[in-house]
Amino acid sequence: MGFFKSFFRELKYYPSAIVGSLIILGLLVLSIYTVISIPYSKAIVLWRGSSELWYKNPKTAPPAWTNYFRTKKLPETIDLDSRQEGVAERAEKPLGKGKQIDLEFQFDYTADEFPDDVVLYFYPSYGEKKPFVTGKWITPDGREIRLGNFTTERGYSFRFTQDQSLERRLKRLLKMELPAEMGLFADPATLPEDPEAPKDQVKPLKGRYTVHLTVTTFAPEDEIDAELLVYGKVHGIAGTDHLRRDLKIGLLWGIPVAMAFGLISALVIGLATMIIAAFGVWYGGVVDDLIQRLTEINMVLPFLPILIMVGIFISRSLWTIMLVTIALSIFGGSIKSYRAMFLQLRAAPYIEAAQAYGASNRRIIFLYLIPRILPMLIPGFISAIPSFVFLEASLAVLGIGDPVLPTWGKIIQDAQANAALYKGLFYWILEPSVLLMVTGLGFALLGFALDRVFNPRLRQE
Amino acid sequence: MVPSADVQDYALVVEDLVLYFRLTHGVVQAVDHVSFALKKNRAVVVIGESGCGKTSMGRALTRLLPRNVDRYTGKVFIDGVETMALDDETYRQDVRWIKISQVPQAAMNALNPVLKLKDQVMEPLLLHEKGISTETALERVHEVFDFVGVPDGFIERYPFELSGGMRQRVVIAMALITNPAVIVLDEPTSALDVLTQANIYNVLKRIKWEKGTSFVLITHDVATSSELADDVLVMYAGHMMEYSSAEEFFVEPLHPYAKMLMAAVPKLHGDEELQFIPGKPPSLLSPPTGCRFADRCPMATDQCKIEPPTFRLGDRLVKCWLYEKEADEIVSSPEALAGVSS
Repeated sequence: MGFFKSFFRELKYYPSAIVGSLIILGLLVLSIYTVISIPYSKAIVLWRGSSELWYKNPKTAPPAWTNYFRTKKLPETIDLDSRQEGVAERAEKPLGKGKQIDLEFQFDYTADEFPDDVVLYFYPSYGEKKPFVTGKWITPDGREIRLGNFTTERGYSFRFTQDQSLERRLKRLLKMELPAEMGLFADPATLPEDPEAPKDQVKPLKGRYTVHLTVTTFAPEDEIDAELLVYGKVHGIAGTDHLRRDLKIGLLWGIPVAMAFGLISALVIGLATMIIAAFGVWYGGVVDDLIQRLTEINMVLPFLPILIMVGIFISRSLWTIMLVTIALSIFGGSIKSYRAMFLQLRAAPYIEAAQAYGASNRRIIFLYLIPRILPMLIPGFISAIPSFVFLEASLAVLGIGDPVLPTWGKIIQDAQANAALYKGLFYWILEPSVLLMVTGLGFALLGFALDRVFNPRLRQE
Repeated sequence: MVPSADVQDYALVVEDLVLYFRLTHGVVQAVDHVSFALKKNRAVVVIGESGCGKTSMGRALTRLLPRNVDRYTGKVFIDGVETMALDDETYRQDVRWIKISQVPQAAMNALNPVLKLKDQVMEPLLLHEKGISTETALERVHEVFDFVGVPDGFIERYPFELSGGMRQRVVIAMALITNPAVIVLDEPTSALDVLTQANIYNVLKRIKWEKGTSFVLITHDVATSSELADDVLVMYAGHMMEYSSAEEFFVEPLHPYAKMLMAAVPKLHGDEELQFIPGKPPSLLSPPTGCRFADRCPMATDQCKIEPPTFRLGDRLVKCWLYEKEADEIVSSPEALAGVSS
């Protein structure tokens, strides 16, 4: 224990160690939080991304905080659901055999840009005949725009941008051809004289909008609820991807995956390599020769092509890939450098003394040889972790990432596959990249400081 | 070969011990047919020039062999047990540190730098007395530290915190902790100043008197080692040239090589000029046939072209043709040895 105390006391003098440790600690805390709050099974379901899960999110929306850096604020998604208390005004009166239900949604629109889309989702319950809906759109300046008439069934949604009659009506009203999401929000004062003029000078009208739905049901026990979604152009703290998935899930789950991959690979490879090198040096002869030749053969084997072949022919599971990575790296170049250290150590008088007083071979290897070079291994081990984190990400970008788990590499690959940079969706690539860089930085800072602590030649006096 | 009957009376009996090393360009005959017997509670000093096989003989006794052993034969009885018949694992468990322990040549570096002294000294006990409790072991550590004169507070220290003399004492304590019958000391004081040397020898003497341990002391410091010596074994080019009791040897060595070696030792009184032995020991890769010292021997005759057998004169053994007539008997002849070992 005294060793650890003095070790931490020493580490205190290296600011890089403190920064690095804080980053790593933060990542660890986030991983634990992620694994507890979004359990593995839930994460997989979320990331598989069926449309019922994510229909409330806009597509490829940057994070909401980017608005702080914009002069024209982008809208956030407005979600009004009549099933929730106090969201919609509701009035009912009997009408014929059934009843008439009036639903009124009101919302304030303050953004400087038009929304992405406007959709009404209906949740009716009915007997024989489907309820009949008439809707109207009331702008802040009091204009009324008829939305149309439609019968609703279960799971029916009215997508404003895909309704051609609404588009025709808007063209008649505004004397200009505009898509529905623009036409409904357009400020008449900014409409140009010339209908052929570019549309980008049209500005949205800020203020309180009202959507009024009149539903006619044909049985007294029939009910209906509706949800109005005005899709924004920014979302959450991480934004969304092309499948409306919240990137937050992927980024958060990327942390434990990356940490597990990096830590397990680095630890197993480091220890196994060292133990094998120690055995080879101690027993010498055929054992040593075998290990050395195996290492040399392994070193000329092409690492990446083998991994890609495994990914294609056997399994792309993260754990399979990790296993293959470990198997291919154990007999790596570091066996040679450990061997050099052990050879020097084997000749040390105290090792021979240990042999003389009857210490067994295994005792000498595990209690005399390995503890002696373990301090030299620790900085290298810490610095090796990010390289495995990067390896996992690179493999995912190359298309042999785990098909079910959300990882940083897979987010980058999705972004690349959907031409994120071409479309200007920089956040999509930058978020996982920054996390990768921060992880690498954290371990590198700690590794450098540890190197200075453990390696007397680098020590500052 | 053994002067008198029963191996049980002796701490160490060596019969026809051979240790050859294999190099790329030949075989080094480091220990060549050495036979002697050491009584209980006595110390034998092995003297000779560098490269004469002294250390190799020590290693052959403790079986700490390098990988390139060419031939390792003979019989070694330690405390009555024939150890050459045992396999390596049995030897490790039952002989090392139980029957014979060793203070290595570089005793200064023989301590593991990452272990505290108590853990280091305890190690042989934990290895050989299965199931011993740490408390009992610690008690024994205190005991041996007290015995060799290491202050009690040192047990919590690391080796680098100690002076050379103290480290040497710790290594001796470690050799002592299991009460072996024989301790092999390989130049235990070579890196120490004379005062510390004297202290260490006093410790060794005390061990001999109080614990009844036998020593094999390998050194080229004839003068200092005479303090402890009961017997003297002279090695030259892998051969044992003479084996005598110390009283007789220091008065008058028999073998010409031993005579010249003693003449080269400085004396406190007297004006005699220091002598030296011209030439150098032969290469052990291709030693000369016949007496290996013949080239440098002022008394060499034609007879020396044939290898002399070991003659016994009373209790003394000598391998020189000069004593052919006085000898009581021939203990061994090269022919006989060759017949035995082949």
